[in-house]
Amino acid sequence: MRSDIVVLSVAFGYLALLFLIAAWGDRRAEQGRSLIGSPNVYALSIAVYCTAWTFYGSVGRAAQFGPSFLLIYLGPTLAMLMAPFLIRKMVRIASAQRITSIADFISARYGKSSGLGALVALIALIGITPYIALQLKAITVTHAVLVNYPDAGDLRLADEPFWLDKSFWVALVLAVFIILFGTRHLDASERHEGMVAAIAFESLVKLIAFLSVGIFTVFVLFQGPGDLFARVAATPELAARLGLDAVPGGATGWAGMLVLAFLAFLTLPRQFQVLVVENVDERHLARASWLFPLYLLAINLFVIPIAMAGLLLMGDADPDRFVLTLPLSADLEGLPLLVFIGGLSAATSMVIVETIALSTMVSNQLIMPLLLRTRRLHRSASGELAGWLLGIRRVAIVLILLLGYLYHALVGDAYSLVTIGLVSFAAACQFAPAMLIGMYWRGAHHRGAALGLIAGTLVWAWTLLIPGFAQSGWLDATFLEQGPFGIVWLRPYALFGLEGWDIYTHSLLWSLTANLGLLVGVSLFSRQSPLEQTQAALFAEAMHPNLLETSLWHGQTTRGELRTLLDRYLGTGTTARVFADTEPQTSDAEQPATPAQIARAEQALSGALGNASARVLINSVVRGEALDLESILSILDTTSETLEINRRLEQKSSELALASEELRAANERLRELDRLKDEFVAMVSHELRTPLTSIRAFAEILRDSDNLPEEKRVHFLDVVVKESQRLSRLIEEILDLARLESGRLTLHPQSLDLVALVRHSVDAVHHMQADRGVALEVVIEPEQAPVIGDPDRLEQVIINLLDNAGKFADQEDARVRLSLLPHKRHYRLMVEDNGPGIGEEERERVFEKFHQIQRADAAPDSRHGRPRGSGLGLPISRGIVAHLGGRLWVEEAPHLGGACLIMELPEAPPEPG
Amino acid sequence: MLSVPRRRERLLALIILAALLFTPPLVLVPDRAMAISWLPLYLFIAWGLIIGLTAWLMESPSTRKPPRE
Repeated sequence: MRSDIVVLSVAFGYLALLFLIAAWGDRRAEQGRSLIGSPNVYALSIAVYCTAWTFYGSVGRAAQFGPSFLLIYLGPTLAMLMAPFLIRKMVRIASAQRITSIADFISARYGKSSGLGALVALIALIGITPYIALQLKAITVTHAVLVNYPDAGDLRLADEPFWLDKSFWVALVLAVFIILFGTRHLDASERHEGMVAAIAFESLVKLIAFLSVGIFTVFVLFQGPGDLFARVAATPELAARLGLDAVPGGATGWAGMLVLAFLAFLTLPRQFQVLVVENVDERHLARASWLFPLYLLAINLFVIPIAMAGLLLMGDADPDRFVLTLPLSADLEGLPLLVFIGGLSAATSMVIVETIALSTMVSNQLIMPLLLRTRRLHRSASGELAGWLLGIRRVAIVLILLLGYLYHALVGDAYSLVTIGLVSFAAACQFAPAMLIGMYWRGAHHRGAALGLIAGTLVWAWTLLIPGFAQSGWLDATFLEQGPFGIVWLRPYALFGLEGWDIYTHSLLWSLTANLGLLVGVSLFSRQSPLEQTQAALFAEAMHPNLLETSLWHGQTTRGELRTLLDRYLGTGTTARVFADTEPQTSDAEQPATPAQIARAEQALSGALGNASARVLINSVVRGEALDLESILSILDTTSETLEINRRLEQKSSELALASEELRAANERLRELDRLKDEFVAMVSHELRTPLTSIRAFAEILRDSDNLPEEKRVHFLDVVVKESQRLSRLIEEILDLARLESGRLTLHPQSLDLVALVRHSVDAVHHMQADRGVALEVVIEPEQAPVIGDPDRLEQVIINLLDNAGKFADQEDARVRLSLLPHKRHYRLMVEDNGPGIGEEERERVFEKFHQIQRADAAPDSRHGRPRGSGLGLPISRGIVAHLGGRLWVEEAPHLGGACLIMELPEAPPEPG
Repeated sequence: MLSVPRRRERLLALIILAALLFTPPLVLVPDRAMAISWLPLYLFIAWGLIIGLTAWLMESPSTRKPPRE
């Protein structure tokens, strides 16, 4: 079953299936029922991150370096967590600027600089081609293993002519696929629907294939994970590979690898392609931010079990091939084939997307700018250049694949799978400073970005690429140990004497330091051109709404000229779309083009040719002040300034609203107090006048009537005395209140026994209460209640409370209950009555000055023995108690059902000695 | 209703949590705790936890924006 014919027909049959899926995806897109308009498909397409390197190499890395392989996936997990902040901004910028690749992105940010774009494209080409070679190598090797098992496959590889190498034919088929589905539109910023659908499908296939091997290994070769890990634990040298000690560079290497994977995930050209360029809807990011990490977790779940099983069962065989050799060793037929297809999926999906991304960069950033310099191009016929452009891109695709194949055929054998992958990662990381800092810092300058990129790439080449060549035996490897020309501090793996680090972290540290340092340092001392300022602002402020609506063009050109330009480069179809708002009349050729039309024309050109070339072309037909940069800059600045001012204004106005609300409340209170005061003054005058009137009346009678009977005279005098007492009590209260208010109330605190004081006060009022028909019940729990207080004032308070209770007790059967009990290092004096009680909302107001409760059941002649209060007793009492460190408040009476006033005083500290 | 700023704060906290869980010195704990390193198991559990929390944060209906149109 594993014969060459079967394997080949399955493999190429699978590729044919990809063609069908891609064609179907494109058909659906044309009908307007997009297959890829789903967040799940988007998340699956991001899984192009998992290449053949993941599929085969993870197990190899786990077998050698323990859990460090997981870092390659934890980094992207962190990056996807940040997707709602970071990638959303990238997507928004890319769709506004019609970005076609990461090179285009960086070039657009730094003033549409064509040089910078070319630099990025060149670095990507150098750094990523080996990675494509790696995928082709994986296909060749696994095919050989599959067909020749148990013989080692790769021995024969070097002797074979290339037409017998399967990966050559796979590469050729892929070239056809990419040309068919990757260059359908001239506009590279448009989505490749069919291709994305095929990639998502391939992601599913490789996941299923890998999980199948994992389940087979754990549950068929072993009796479950418990059995497997029990055997691992019994083998110390295997158990040692599970820990951090197996990770190169230890904790530093760990952190370095995490950063490397995090940055590479954002900057690898194929990741930029699927994450940003192929994003249909930025809301898909929310789903992808967890679904893609979940995919990574699933595909890595069985890596360690497979690696450990391979080490246990296969001994020292190449761990990169365990995924395939484990099922082969069990004499299975179907599973190895499924694994091969899974690996093929992983390899082809990566090659497809990477080649599209690279070919776009090569055609738009490297070749187009060169072609635009030759004048001859401007005179060509309509639509001709559109064909040229697609032709360039197609040739680029074939060349890139060929380059990858050559690299694989010539160099590939020297490198192990993982090494190439990480070297490519480190190369892609060099784009990170220019891209990420450019998105947030408006001051980043294109010269700084270019110098940083060059320096970072040189350091990368010196610390990773060239030593790799040396270790493959291409170069004399002595400089690794002794440094070039014997200069020790230039040793590639220990630059400036930094030893003991793993080579990737070491390279990343020095290259990013050089890159970042130059980017920031040079930018701080450079002045940006107006165009770069504008672009920087458009990138940094991309999340502002309505920012990109403004039209950039203020120069003059005719519609005819613009139309001819677009015709030449994009063909008549696109031109018609750009001018969709005006009827295509020949007579309007001399009409001036509107700024919106010029902007649309530039966007259309950007999508096809890249930002830098589009600008050159538009400048060639637009005369005069081509771009009103000053005004756009001022609009941008005003926008951010206005937003800031708005924010501050909003804050201020809410503060104002709050303050005015407080003022209103205070005013309300003041009015209420004023009203109370007026009432009080009226009441006081009345209260003062009543006793005064009777004193005067009785005094007049006594003066005028000489012959009054003795008993009458005594009675009258008695009345006069009583009324004077009442008068003086009232005046005393008013004075007390005045002192309390002004803080001049003097108290004489001393230790005293509250029990004795209460008994004394009760004795004082008992008689009077009994006279009024009030039944007084006294309950005193503690034997002693030491407190600190002014005895006279406290007595005044207690009497006042009892007096009040008597006044408000039930008319017919008046009962008052006084109780004293300890409560948490305090003493509580409670005075209850059986009156109507005090409503919840009234409870605090009774302590307000001048406030008097209206008794609902008060008889109109409330004078029979129960004098009305002045409304000052409770406020004064509360003032006194507060001065003594206690509290006074109202609750519902627990026993008698009326109101209950509670006075709480802290227990006095024990007397010293 | 969960307001959008609150979601941003939660996501930020989640990012910080993930960064802490995945880096030394926290990864040293399961590595050194026993005779055999529990690091792989710890990593998968922490990873699953972060994914679960992100899914909960991103998919809870109150935080999702209403669909366009």
